Amino acid sequence: MANILAVDDSPSMRQMVAFTLKSAGFDVTEAEDGVDALSKARDGDFNLVLADVNMPNMDGISLVRELRQLPNYRFTPLLILTTESGQDKKMEGKAAGATGWLVKPFDPEQLIATVNRVLS
Amino acid sequence: MTIDMKQFHQAFFDESFEGLQAMEAALLTLDPASADSETVNTIFRAAHSIKGGAGTFGFSEIANFTHDLETLLDQVRSGQRVASTTLIDVVLRSVDVLREMLECTRDGYQAEVAAEAGLRSEIQALLEQDEAAPPADTTVTDVSAVGHWQIEFAPHRDIMLTGNDPLRILRELARLGEATITPDVSDLPTLPDLDPEQCYLSWRIDLQGEVSEHDIREVFAWVEDECDLSIQALAQEAQVEHPSDASEAAAESAPATAAAAPAEQQKPARKDGGSIRVATEKIDQLINLVGELVITQSMLEQTARTLDPVTNELLLSGLSELERNTRHLQEAVMSTRMLPVDFVFSRFPRVVRDTATRLGKQVVLQTSGEGAELDKGVIEKIVDPLNHIVRNAIDHGIEMPQERADAGKPAQASIRLSAWHQGGHIALQVSDDGKGLNREKILAKARDAGMSVADNMPDSEVWQLIFAPGLSTASEVTDISGRGVGMDVVRRNIQSLGGSVDIESQTGVGTQVTIRLPLTLAILDGMSVRVGEEIYILPLDSVIESLQPQLDDIRSMAGSARLMQVRGEFLPLLSLRELFGVAGQDLPLDQGIVVIVEAEGRQVALIVDELVGQQQVVIKSLERNYRRVSGISGATILGDGRVALILDVGEVIRTRQIAAAA
Repeated sequence: MANILAVDDSPSMRQMVAFTLKSAGFDVTEAEDGVDALSKARDGDFNLVLADVNMPNMDGISLVRELRQLPNYRFTPLLILTTESGQDKKMEGKAAGATGWLVKPFDPEQLIATVNRVLS
Repeated sequence: MTIDMKQFHQAFFDESFEGLQAMEAALLTLDPASADSETVNTIFRAAHSIKGGAGTFGFSEIANFTHDLETLLDQVRSGQRVASTTLIDVVLRSVDVLREMLECTRDGYQAEVAAEAGLRSEIQALLEQDEAAPPADTTVTDVSAVGHWQIEFAPHRDIMLTGNDPLRILRELARLGEATITPDVSDLPTLPDLDPEQCYLSWRIDLQGEVSEHDIREVFAWVEDECDLSIQALAQEAQVEHPSDASEAAAESAPATAAAAPAEQQKPARKDGGSIRVATEKIDQLINLVGELVITQSMLEQTARTLDPVTNELLLSGLSELERNTRHLQEAVMSTRMLPVDFVFSRFPRVVRDTATRLGKQVVLQTSGEGAELDKGVIEKIVDPLNHIVRNAIDHGIEMPQERADAGKPAQASIRLSAWHQGGHIALQVSDDGKGLNREKILAKARDAGMSVADNMPDSEVWQLIFAPGLSTASEVTDISGRGVGMDVVRRNIQSLGGSVDIESQTGVGTQVTIRLPLTLAILDGMSVRVGEEIYILPLDSVIESLQPQLDDIRSMAGSARLMQVRGEFLPLLSLRELFGVAGQDLPLDQGIVVIVEAEGRQVALIVDELVGQQQVVIKSLERNYRRVSGISGATILGDGRVALILDVGEVIRTRQIAAAA
């Protein structure tokens, strides 16, 4: 089963994402910011990374940029979680190497649909 | 599959309240002249998280309110707007409104907060003021469904380096309707020249079905700038081609983000060892269980005393190890309920700022000892009393700047909040450098209120008068600290936590209010005394001394009241047996034991049959398990399984005074 790294500094969002994806049968590892995610990504091999944009220590966009430079993550789908007003964040994310984005707020069904789309 | 979102609500509320606190703290340190970018970021992130969470978990009122606030903060963050004093003030008030909205929502009410609408229009006014609203997304797409589309999709060579797979996109298109996909392989190089990480193919897709252009664009949304794309409606011959201009935007923002990267990498990683959120009930349950364990352990210990130490050596050494481990376990579990005092202190910069601003006074707040830890239950209950004391200090204690200058003091007054450990207690102190308490005024007020006071009362007793009900010395009633209702409530609240409050003051120099509190409400150092068959626990810190009285020291008064002379002072003498209706007769006074106890600065002598010993007891609530009993603050279970009542010394003294006065 696919192995997903869920990165968000908000515990409630992280719990929601992790619980939803686990219910859908994915293996999920949680990280609370970019720094935490980067070290977990180095130690593990994830099929997909879902990262919030606004986080302390290292934001989602810097995380994407760092991950893309790791040999294991050159082609891995990296999705950023933005808000509807974050048009420039989407572009900034793409420029950093993000595969795409998921717009907050999203419900569990949308999350699973997007993840299935990317991992199919 | 349906996921019940309710299970995440508690976490959302917890983190939102924490976020608001962080936001408030950051706002108060924000200097309008040179706003520190990390501080601004912290404020923005808190608002952003609350908005995101509220949207996700379906709290639309909160999400809507936070939306404009977030926009405003984002403009400050990106340097488009200055963090003016007005802006800081509006955001601070938004924090209050949000907190109230969150509380309402958490408690299951409509999040209707009176100040919300007004504040929202203030925020909108700020947004419209000088900065034009950010340009709306100008991409116009036709959402009407058309039957037949022709799509040309030519990915750029490096599309796969962003984790995108053309195959996925084709598959999704095929899901929208009936698709005929024709690949174009003309760019495919010969095998030796082929780079497997590059994409050389392009496709023409003929799509039929009830599909709008918007639906198709959605499929390509992530790769708009990584491909050449044309979408044509065939049936209506309508040209709706939009050359993708997003790649320019991406190119523009790239240098900016590259420049920001090094700064972000320099930030140190979080150093704490990580934490988990646990419901308070779980911790309380753990504390209760440990309490039971302590009781069981002391029962075992008591039983084991009768055993022969030689033949039972192994058992006894095991028991003593059990005792040690139980004690450590208890300490460890207790420590999970402890929070740093900073939890309370951190709200005071705001209280001081608001109160001082409203009164036109200049006050700077200093804090020390924020790291000292205190039980969560105590911390929550001490906030209001402390709040009252601080506001009182600013309102009544601190002079107007001019008055201070005339008195040769700096115009800016200072209030200091400090905390420190003192034995099994913690002391919290509020000190100010204001004008001090006015002895004459207090005495006059007390006389007006019908209290019996003497002109030669020592200062310490005069200061205690301000804790009497209905006494206020401010010449004008203000909405800050009201009419002097309050200080008596303050003292009552502190006493209900097993604490005490003292005042020291010097005219023209300032006032110090010191609160002493037990570290925890769950255990107590007690002195156990026997009366007949009953054991009572006296809180150790209210015990002054115990002695065997001489008959000469006892004076009988009118009625059945008796006084006992102790080192030249006469103390009321009370029989615990009579107080609680215990069967039997007190021993002749010269054979019994008297324990002198003190609370609220007054002492009484209690007659008991025997002093049993000193021990730490686990407090059980009598109200929860039985009902409230006057003069008793709780109960505990003794080593032999019996229940012993814990004396509320303050209440015993107060009841006795009422009885004596009647």
